[in-house]
Amino acid sequence: MRVILISMLFSFPMQCLANNYVFEAGHASLQEWLLPDEVPSPKSNPQTQQKIALGKQLFFDNRLSGNKGMSCASCHSPDKGWADNLPTAIGNKGKVLGRASPTIMNTGFNDIQMWDGRSPTLEDQALGPLESDVEMHTDMAELLLFLNNSAYTPIFNRVFPSKGVSKETMAQAIAAFERTLVSNNSPFDQWVKGDSGALTQNQINGFKLFVDSEKGNCAVCHSAPNFTDNGFHNLGLASFGQEKPDVGRYAKVPIKLMKGAFKTPTIRDITLSAPYFHDGSASTLDKVMVHYIKGGEVKTNLSPNLKVLSLTNKETSDIIAFMQSLTTPPEPFNLPVLPL
Amino acid sequence: MILRLLIVMLFLSSNAYSASPVVVGQKDKAFTVETINIKVGDKVRFKNEDPFFHNVFSLSDTAFFDLGSFPKGEHRDITFDKAGVIDVECAIHPSMKMTINVKE
Ligand code: HEC
Ligand code: HEC
Ligand SMILES: [Cu+2]
Repeated sequence: MRVILISMLFSFPMQCLANNYVFEAGHASLQEWLLPDEVPSPKSNPQTQQKIALGKQLFFDNRLSGNKGMSCASCHSPDKGWADNLPTAIGNKGKVLGRASPTIMNTGFNDIQMWDGRSPTLEDQALGPLESDVEMHTDMAELLLFLNNSAYTPIFNRVFPSKGVSKETMAQAIAAFERTLVSNNSPFDQWVKGDSGALTQNQINGFKLFVDSEKGNCAVCHSAPNFTDNGFHNLGLASFGQEKPDVGRYAKVPIKLMKGAFKTPTIRDITLSAPYFHDGSASTLDKVMVHYIKGGEVKTNLSPNLKVLSLTNKETSDIIAFMQSLTTPPEPFNLPVLPL
Repeated sequence: MILRLLIVMLFLSSNAYSASPVVVGQKDKAFTVETINIKVGDKVRFKNEDPFFHNVFSLSDTAFFDLGSFPKGEHRDITFDKAGVIDVECAIHPSMKMTINVKE
């Protein structure tokens, strides 16, 4: 009798931990990993081809910065996975900043922006780097004057007939361009859609381990479909043990759990944007795995969703092989012709 | 035997408090209800039904609290003794939000 009761108590939570995936190419249970066809855009800023083209010009234009030497693309570059391949960003006058430039690939699918989530939307985010002294250090009045007296003026007037050049329309155009940066055709996506040859057996095994809460336990945070829960976790990076560490999300939400917590980034296209983590402390995916297997370096205020992992070397390399299957083969990117 | 035990368990869990709490679940990274209306002195129970940790907190003027983090199957209770509107969130997953209206 007692045995039955105990086994009832135990079997219930175990069942709920297991996911119900069938690991066969194209299986219905896997479809939640496909991104929606459209990147969501706010009602107040619908996508148009002209607006996207304008946003692309602004994104690549050095004249937006105070010293005319830096654009958004300086830190979010198409040939560096839309990041900069630096441990942490380098800003105005060569100043080394505290955090890594995240990729902006697929960021339009996420409902919160920045490592600490301080921007709710891409429109809100776009003006931040311009006005930041340590980043683009833009004199906004001077920039608006330039945009109003250049070949940009008629373009703004065409795209935003009632508003023309303004801070807001500039931000809207940049956001519209960012929403076109989509990675949704990786070998993993092809496998989920039904191409059984798209993944190797090692990669399929890596995916199993990735979603298994008793093994890799990755999908609890890197969840479907964009490999992020749009949530905040302290992974116990070594930098959190330093004096006066970066408190991350805590600056915005002063709840103990958030001290040292950062946003879960997407890991689509992850092979293109090394080094990894908000402090750039992991130079390779192997080093990322070393960190996770340990269950974090600094154990103070660690995310309760993080576990010490028991993985064999083969299992670890399968998870890495799986992550490598998340990159959409990059297509040549055409730089915009800038208005004079 | 099992039945008797279960009955005893049920009895215990419902009778441990003078009034049974209003239950708000946390499931599929959302609160199971968007808004609840309660009276001053009522108790609310937040119950995690997801296979990972959630948090519950509020920085509202009416009630300022942080119930920490807890895993599946666990719950946290809190009694509200001031009238007002309370915005409740999960710090881990900021899209998890709900509102409690506490009436006199
Ligand atoms: C000096 C380098 C630098 C420049 C220039 C720069 N960024 Fe960034 N960007 C960063 C860094 C660093 C972060 C993360 C900052 C943080 O979270 O505190 C970031 C974050 C972002 C994010 C959030 C992505 C996410 O996943 O949360 C977006 C979107 C973005 N930048 C767009 C832009 C746009 C648009 C411009 C031009 C107007 C721009 N950036 C200019 C370095 C830069
Ligand atoms: C508790 C939530 C959580 C779990 C579990 C988790 N991650 Fe992460 N992951 C994050 C967060 C948060 C970050 C960013 C942390 C930071 O930089 O401070 C991150 C960063 C990463 C990065 C670097 C991304 C970048 O652009 O810098 C990779 C790669 C990664 N995780 C892979 C994995 C793998 C593989 C697993 C399973 C073995 C895993 N994660 C488990 C939350 C999690
Ligand atoms: Cu939560």
